[in-house]
Amino acid sequence: MTGAVVQEEGGLRAVDLVRVLPGPVPTVLVDGVSLTIRPGSLAAITGPSGSGKSSLLYLLGLLDRPTSGDVLVDGAPTAGLDSATRDRLRLERFGFVFQFHFLLPEFSVLDNVLVPMRELGALSGTAMRSRALEILDSLDMAEQADKLPAQLSGGQRQRTAVARALANDPPFILADEPTGALDTRNAAAVFEILHGLARAGRTVAVVTHDAGLAATAPQRFHLVDGRLVAIPTAA
Amino acid sequence: MVPLPVSIAIAHLRARRRQSAVSILGVALGVGFFIAISGMMHGFQQYFLVQIVESTPHVLITDEYRAPPAQPLEVLEPHAALDLRRVVARDPVRGIANAQAILDALEAMPGLEAAPALRGQGLLRRAGRDYGVTVLGIRPEREARATQLAGEMVAGRLDALDAAPDGVILGSGLAAKMAIGMGDSVLLASPTGGTARLRVVGLFKTGIETLDTGQIYVQLAKQQAVQGRPRVINEIRIRLAEVARSIPVADALERRFGYKAAPWEETNSRVLSVFRLQNVIIYMTTGAILVVAGFGIFNIISTVVLEKARDIAILRSVGMPPATVTRIFIVEGLVVGLVGMLVGWVVAVGIAEALRMIPAPGSTDPTQTLRVDTSPLSFAIAGGIALATSVLAAWLPASRAARIDPLTIIRGAV
Ligand SMILES: Nc1ncnc2c1ncn2[C@@H]1O[C@H](COP(=O)(O)OP(=O)(O)O)[C@@H](O)[C@H]1O
Ligand SMILES: [Mg+2]
Repeated sequence: MTGAVVQEEGGLRAVDLVRVLPGPVPTVLVDGVSLTIRPGSLAAITGPSGSGKSSLLYLLGLLDRPTSGDVLVDGAPTAGLDSATRDRLRLERFGFVFQFHFLLPEFSVLDNVLVPMRELGALSGTAMRSRALEILDSLDMAEQADKLPAQLSGGQRQRTAVARALANDPPFILADEPTGALDTRNAAAVFEILHGLARAGRTVAVVTHDAGLAATAPQRFHLVDGRLVAIPTAA
Repeated sequence: MVPLPVSIAIAHLRARRRQSAVSILGVALGVGFFIAISGMMHGFQQYFLVQIVESTPHVLITDEYRAPPAQPLEVLEPHAALDLRRVVARDPVRGIANAQAILDALEAMPGLEAAPALRGQGLLRRAGRDYGVTVLGIRPEREARATQLAGEMVAGRLDALDAAPDGVILGSGLAAKMAIGMGDSVLLASPTGGTARLRVVGLFKTGIETLDTGQIYVQLAKQQAVQGRPRVINEIRIRLAEVARSIPVADALERRFGYKAAPWEETNSRVLSVFRLQNVIIYMTTGAILVVAGFGIFNIISTVVLEKARDIAILRSVGMPPATVTRIFIVEGLVVGLVGMLVGWVVAVGIAEALRMIPAPGSTDPTQTLRVDTSPLSFAIAGGIALATSVLAAWLPASRAARIDPLTIIRGAV
């Protein structure tokens, strides 16, 4: 898009990302991180609690603004964009999954998945519904479509959240400890879904503290005190 | 498909049925009472105005001038720097000059009836007590055409005055106060010393207290004799076919004849200004109910915004702009206002019907009940105020919702 950028085309790229919380004693959340997540790849971000994994993910997903540095989305810088454009970019190009599912409690599974599509408004009502059902079906959730989140198990809620993240067919999926609240079997299933998304050509970044799951990722980044460090060998 | 903010707004309200119902009820009561009470007030005022219009001349020409006539010096020297002070309008004791010519001219005009009268003060003496009254000397056959007096007779007939030179017609209230009835005799004295012995030939009742207890009618000639003002009249009482034209007609008559011609609105301006004050009070008190209802809406939406911080955070992170978040909560206020307005309209009809079953206070006729005039305009005004109040009440919490920082919530949630 911008002529000045001579990077490989797709993917998500952090360039010298720094995020400092201002205050009497400024807190450095992310301290000069540069990384590239290739399209079609799944990147696991690991590190001890409080090392800045979530903060980095929020920056990569344009939910937060860096103190300095930039995030290149498919090669295009984003630091200078106004908040309306960043809102729009998130709507069109990013899907988020958080540790807590954040489903609207009054909306059915289907209606929750429809939220991003309705906000985007690119499809007709019937097209949206059939696409939402398709996504739910691919996640084995078609039968729960009319249930309320309160009627679902933890794994089902998280899969609904994944379905919502996929609603607008975004090239980037960012997940922050999506398996943190799940048992091992459900966690592995959700991780397998994320692998599948990457194989289908999306750029996926997953924050996790589960070393076993992280080991399955083609790309791995390890954070300590907001800095990238070499991945420690398993103890 | 319904717009997303509307779906979310309705889902929020449906999840809080009881709280929403209370808010809607608040608006409905405000709207209902606003319409019904202002309708009752309007009905009462209309009833009262009809009484006034029936019982008083539509236009009253009196022997007064609004401004002193131009002085000869001013006429002769229009450009002089004159300052004439203490110029008094012509002495009213003369009455209306060339009255007969004016009456003939009025007679020739279509759409109006005119009756001459001499108004003066008098004392009615009965069993050693005096009663101060306004005495109107009239020509009964013309009075019958120019006012409703004939129809307001509750005993005897207006015609009877025609045939009885010493007859008098009293208000029923005055008759009761003096404890006299038909055929009784009473002594009338004027401030100038004239007296006459009169016989009661009729009683009237207009419903207007000051007339019923303070006004009497005698023959014009009798009044002229008692007041010591032969052949003088000081009032021409006019009834119009179209009451609504009272102001322009009065203007035209005043310009043509020079004497003050007052439409009934002017003669009764104090009553009308009391009505205006009444209306202001009614609108303010019933409007206050709507303001209270507004607080209810503010309350429910503030609660929802607090409870829904997580939902707002995910919507923002998905890419919903702050303005759309605001819209969700404005729509919530609007829905409460809209449903409240519709329910309030039904409530208004109910209250109005109930009020219409209450007997009119002070009426002798037991079938006479309160008159309630609920106009489509009052429905529209109440609805408009309800909607505006709802949106205003929703505005503050809604804009607070838009300022919620999604990251703070997402970071905090585990
Ligand atoms: N709003 C905040 N105010 C103060 N400290 C914060 C805030 N957000 C994060 N932190 C701190 O910044 C550090 C990084 O947080 P986070 O990115 O959530 O780490 P991780 O996800 O790796 O656990 C932590 O020490 C956390 O306590
Ligand atoms: Mg974290």
